[in-house]
Amino acid sequence: MSSPPSSSLLPVGWEAVLGLEVHAELLTETKLFSASPNRFGGEPNTHIDPVSLGLPGTLPVINRHAVKLAIRVGLALNCDVRPSTFARKNYFYPDMPKNYQISQYEDPINADGFLELPSGKRIGIVRAHLEEDTGKSIHVGGGGRIHEAGYSLIDYNRAGVPLIEIVSAPDLRSSDEAKEYVAELRAILVAIGASDGKMEEGSLRVDANISVRRVGEELGVRCEVKNVNSLRSLGRAIDYEARRQAKLLEEGGEVSQETRHWDEDDAKTHSLRSKEGETDYRYFLEPDLVPLVPDPEWIEEIRAALPALPAERRRRLADQASGSNEADLPSIAAIVGRDQDELALSAVSAGAAPDLVFKHILNNLAEGTGKLDASAFAQLLKAEAAGEISASQAKTILADLVAKGGSAAEAIAARTSDATDTGELEALLDDLIAQHSDEWQRFCEGEQKLQGFFVGQIMKATKGQADGQATAKLLAQRKG
Amino acid sequence: MDSKSAIELAAAVRSGDISATAVAEEKLANIAARDSEIAAFVRVLDEEALAAAASADERIAAGENPGPLAGVPVALKDNLCTRGIPTTCCSRILEGWKPPYEATVVSRLREAGAVVVGKTNLDEFAMGSSTENSAFGTTRNPHDLSRVPGGSSGGSAAAVAAGFAPLALGSDTGGSIRQPAALCGVVGVKPTYGRVSRYGLIAFASSLDQIGPFAASVADAAVLLEVIGGHDPADSTSIPEAMPNLSECLGRGVEGMRIGVVDELSDGVSPDVARRVSEAADALADGGAEVEEVSVPAAKFGLSAYYLIAPAEASSNLARYDGVRYGMRAEATNAVDMNIATRTAGFGEEVKRRIMLGTFALSAGYYDAYYGKALKMRTLIIRDFDLAYERFDALISPTSPTVAFEIGSRTEDPLEMYLSDVCTVPSSLAGHPAMSVPFGSGNAGDASESNLPVGVQVLAPALGEEAMFQVGAFLESVAPPMTAGAEKAGAGEAGRGKAGTVKAGES
Repeated sequence: MSSPPSSSLLPVGWEAVLGLEVHAELLTETKLFSASPNRFGGEPNTHIDPVSLGLPGTLPVINRHAVKLAIRVGLALNCDVRPSTFARKNYFYPDMPKNYQISQYEDPINADGFLELPSGKRIGIVRAHLEEDTGKSIHVGGGGRIHEAGYSLIDYNRAGVPLIEIVSAPDLRSSDEAKEYVAELRAILVAIGASDGKMEEGSLRVDANISVRRVGEELGVRCEVKNVNSLRSLGRAIDYEARRQAKLLEEGGEVSQETRHWDEDDAKTHSLRSKEGETDYRYFLEPDLVPLVPDPEWIEEIRAALPALPAERRRRLADQASGSNEADLPSIAAIVGRDQDELALSAVSAGAAPDLVFKHILNNLAEGTGKLDASAFAQLLKAEAAGEISASQAKTILADLVAKGGSAAEAIAARTSDATDTGELEALLDDLIAQHSDEWQRFCEGEQKLQGFFVGQIMKATKGQADGQATAKLLAQRKG
Repeated sequence: MDSKSAIELAAAVRSGDISATAVAEEKLANIAARDSEIAAFVRVLDEEALAAAASADERIAAGENPGPLAGVPVALKDNLCTRGIPTTCCSRILEGWKPPYEATVVSRLREAGAVVVGKTNLDEFAMGSSTENSAFGTTRNPHDLSRVPGGSSGGSAAAVAAGFAPLALGSDTGGSIRQPAALCGVVGVKPTYGRVSRYGLIAFASSLDQIGPFAASVADAAVLLEVIGGHDPADSTSIPEAMPNLSECLGRGVEGMRIGVVDELSDGVSPDVARRVSEAADALADGGAEVEEVSVPAAKFGLSAYYLIAPAEASSNLARYDGVRYGMRAEATNAVDMNIATRTAGFGEEVKRRIMLGTFALSAGYYDAYYGKALKMRTLIIRDFDLAYERFDALISPTSPTVAFEIGSRTEDPLEMYLSDVCTVPSSLAGHPAMSVPFGSGNAGDASESNLPVGVQVLAPALGEEAMFQVGAFLESVAPPMTAGAEKAGAGEAGRGKAGTVKAGES
């Protein structure tokens, strides 16, 4: 096999084995161990206090709401929620105020769960633990790279912000699956109010553990790839890194365990540090905090208050829409992803045709539902199904309802009144009868299917604005 | 006024017999006159003390409750954060740093009407047993200026012994209150771990550190502990139990109490100290207690466990002193070199030694053999104490194996210095309360004829402060006098634990 790997695929017989570590900032009012606000942005070093700056003599006190959100994450990911402990992860970095990070090491709050992808495949969740975020270093000069910078500034606003680190099992097999996993995880975190899931603001960050192997063989040596800041970069970084490793192995080389940095500009990963160069974090139990032992009743309360999760919502929608041609997996996932499944469900249960429901939501509501009321939506689609309005009219009226709200009947009337001017329609029909006298003759002799022809012609002439019902009535009158 | 206890002073101030301002002025004048030779303080807070005294006087004049320590001067170890006032841990690396907040104990003192007169000297970051490791000079023992006051809270112990303040706060990680209390002839208490909030105490070893009182008498120490103790939501390790009324326990005697003399803590103890402990045991028996020897086998692991656990935690606690945010910064061309230069120049030798020890003990490949094993020893120590406390209400032992030693005599040999803590570290590891009560004097056993204070340690189970103070108060009441030239019969009542009456330099 001398041909180079194709642009997105591994050589035949190889597969990628991927595990992801996702850090999500929890949506709390205050930081994990102090009362400073947990808010993105702000003037540098304004969301700080003695504890989050790690001033001498200060002590951490755990934020109960952060614990609650962490438990929600654990329950949503089908984890075992357990008594846990905090540990110190020791390493020096200027944006880390204490030069250790308070994290969870031996006993995470959540362990042994799984996430179900829209495809139905289950991805193991090894653990989902609490830890504090660091500040941010801004390197000034030298293109923002630390080694060439003239000086560095530090903003501690983010220091102490609560994070949940979610570690997947190495169950993912392709960049698409990895992206699907992150998208699903993000949807879950957003649905349960644990995170805003904004990768672009860094509130959701992904590190990828990547290895390759010949299908069926033992796990290969993995590399951890950092600095992927979007789903797109995640996919590209995985594809690049997996191909790099496969090529290396095919050529008789070895993959060395290391941390690599994804460079968006040259679309490559670069070695950051080898395993030998890894910091010895010297973990030990955080003596300033006591074990976290959530009351089982509290956990059950949190479980009972969990909203429906994306997988369950997709199942519900699929059940309701069974038989619809439009209701395929990606469509269902998209609707749930847009939080429009409730709208779809209520329209279907109000009697709207599932095909129409899906078609309109997918094609015409991508920008959101605005002021659209669920019952107005259902009534509109029923009018379309009954032929009272055309598909094109329905689309226009739907846009009106999104913009202005109100009932379907009013919106339909507003759009059809000018085109139902009987005089105008009669004039149009006169022209049509003149042009298509043969068809008109057959229609009058009882060839009923030609009604569609004339309605279509009128709609065409009025750019879909004519009232279908009025047109039908007129045709019947003229037929005599 | 020197002879007045804190309780007497507070009563006199409250009743208007004397103003808080007059008390403060006299103490400050005394410090100004005599601290140059003792060096108990690294910073005297004249202005702040007079302002606090004036405020206490105003509260009294206005008929308000001025608090239980109204007008009582208190000295603070300089590892307790005071808002806007430099707090250095006697380290170059924190020189000039002013905390923007204050320790919970400092707030509680202020609310109780106490007057903080100054910040006292300590071994840098509380690492030491002689106060010789301070970056700002060595404190001398008021009983003999050629000798150490013990450590690490040597400044606070000396301040009380010299009569500069009737009360002081120290911190005890492995004996840093009790050992200097013994060497300076004052009462020193390490409360149950979690009894007193650590918020604002600059950490040495977080699982061991505990703030506690120094006083010239057990009763004064009880009042001070009542003020500073009790739950604090700012410290997650603070225990929820209410602070008991310790003052009520003091006159109860020891009749019927079961008291053990810890066998393992008498090894290597100097003859005079051993004799005092044995006299204390006899006195307790005479007072009606059942006194027996008891073995706490794992206590002999105390020192080795302590010198792994404490440095391990310290290596992490002290990582924040990197020159980035506060304190000293040595200039360099990049962050890593700046960190290294700052820490190299800012930390003293003993601090560096312990950071290295602790870093090593936690390192991959060594953790199990060192830190992990030390944690197991700690568990065994707790178990063996628990077994002893099934049979005893309290235990006694020497506080320090020797009386105060000569300045410079142990600085060359860190291990010998570490042995100073052998009697105090086991209860620290267990998190149990322990106190040192002056019990006569003893000869240093060296060429000198010095007679120096001896302390007897009273140990109790977790939350056992009431029994501990009961025994401590009894021992105080029967203690032989602390005299120059011990065993000179009938030397009388001079002082008896009130070291404030002993003139500095007297030996």
